[in-house]
Amino acid sequence: MSTGAYVLDPAKRARLLTALYIAQEQDGYLTPGALKRVAGRLDVPEAAVFSTASFYTLFRTKPVGRYVIQVCTGLSCYLVDGAERLVDYLEHKLGIRAGETTPDGLFTLETVQCLASCGTAPAMRVNDELYEHLTTEKVDLLIDQLTERAERWMALNRS
Amino acid sequence: MDGFEPILTRNVGIPNSERITVYLERGGYTALRQAVQMPPDELIALVKASGLRGRGGAGFPAGVKWGFMPQEPVTKYVCVNTDEGEPGTFKDRLLVEHDPHSIIEGVIIAAYAVGANRAFVYIRGEFFLGVKRWIKAIDDAYAYGFLGQNILGSGFDLDLSVHRGAGAYICGEETALINSLEGRRGEPRMKPPYPAQIGLWNEPTLVHNVETLANVPHIVNRGAEWFRSIGTEKSTGPKLFCISGHVRRPGNYELPLGTPLRTIIEECAGGMRGNRPLKAVIPGGASTPMLTPQMLDTPMDFESLAEAGSMLGTGAIIVIEEGTCMVEVARRLTDFFAHESCGQCTPCRVGTQRLKEVLTRIVRGQGKPGDLDLLEEICAGIVGNTLCPMGEMAVNPVLSSLEHFRGEYEQYIRGGGKTETRF
Repeated sequence: MSTGAYVLDPAKRARLLTALYIAQEQDGYLTPGALKRVAGRLDVPEAAVFSTASFYTLFRTKPVGRYVIQVCTGLSCYLVDGAERLVDYLEHKLGIRAGETTPDGLFTLETVQCLASCGTAPAMRVNDELYEHLTTEKVDLLIDQLTERAERWMALNRS
Repeated sequence: MDGFEPILTRNVGIPNSERITVYLERGGYTALRQAVQMPPDELIALVKASGLRGRGGAGFPAGVKWGFMPQEPVTKYVCVNTDEGEPGTFKDRLLVEHDPHSIIEGVIIAAYAVGANRAFVYIRGEFFLGVKRWIKAIDDAYAYGFLGQNILGSGFDLDLSVHRGAGAYICGEETALINSLEGRRGEPRMKPPYPAQIGLWNEPTLVHNVETLANVPHIVNRGAEWFRSIGTEKSTGPKLFCISGHVRRPGNYELPLGTPLRTIIEECAGGMRGNRPLKAVIPGGASTPMLTPQMLDTPMDFESLAEAGSMLGTGAIIVIEEGTCMVEVARRLTDFFAHESCGQCTPCRVGTQRLKEVLTRIVRGQGKPGDLDLLEEICAGIVGNTLCPMGEMAVNPVLSSLEHFRGEYEQYIRGGGKTETRF
């Protein structure tokens, strides 16, 4: 059955996406060193690791904030007047534009398309958590909680 | 809908429905016990006879797909497509989060029928809760002897593991999914050969959508005749319809295939939000052509929607009220496809970008005479010239909005801005 097109050790390379997730968790993004280490561990050429990583939007090769906020701007979120209003509100609240990170490194704001929450729109993700039926009040509460959590963590690290 | 008992969503809403103990209490894994006593070819014949068709969008008969897998005892794989990303669609997420064991039971039966000993779940990277639910459910299925060696004393072995995608719509296409599982860029492969011949690591591979597999245990338990009694002659069984947009009660509704669109919008979803008139409906996810209010009585099945000039797709209904700018709707959907084009085929990579540029300048009031012809010309350059169906689908929002709402485009280009309907 083999055509010879995919003859590299298949099982090992199949771990690439998982390895990239693990590497990304360490620094918040994929550093050049991390990509190199992944390549070495899996016996995949560095260029192939970079090529694969760059294909997927959840892999980042640039630093991001501690909390990455992804606001859905898909059609269903737009239709319920949610998407634009939320992005505007967050831009104003955080003092950054979509695609940017706050100077304190806490928040990165991004727009994404469709989080499969169309029935519970508007929706956004913060790191791996999904938030639905959003209102500006809910967003305020969440941003406050996250800021507080980060401050506590930093205080803990100092002591 | 009166008289229809939920089948796929029968456990949704039951406390802790995701747990194996609850699934077992509610009759779970009885179909598997029955299936592993049956000769595999009988199972394939049963699924063929049920008329079950793929629920991921294309609607290919599941039993026929099983029959394409070689009978020889070679290495074979089964993949569970949980890469739900079609805008408007949120049905697979519901099943994975609330009833993962019904899918696992379907996977084991399918793998047994086609003689595969290794199966993979490929799940969208954004579905973090889904990943957790899959992993826990798989662990429990191993602990109870439904996965692993010698399943229920049948001599059949199956391993199942979870692979997490990383944010690429195209990986819902089966050959792109296979490439992604192998740790590569999720670019679709040329078909033929089909995955049933040359799939994952070049071995025969069966790829099924979550909802398709969730039907399988019920078919085994209750028979092909029972399944055929639900739905229409050619579109059999129950379907999850996801409804969103300008309706009172958006959400997932399980109904027989062939239920009129009007019933789903007016009865299930409670009609239009604020009683505004309906302007357009996208019936099967972002890539399916729009319908107008005159088509509301179209039955939601594969054949009827094709006749109406659209597609059932994933069964994701996006409802749009009067007063919505349809050029902006088209621009937004095109933006999605331009972003999600994998870049492999030039017509799709460049064409979707050009469509986006032209639509953007139109909504900014900078449209030029001839832009509508240009849009149609770009679409014609994409259709038929791409490896996978995504390119072909990407033109649907543009072409169908041009067909039904051309006046709105023309008004923009004449300098009249967007069409607002006032009440």
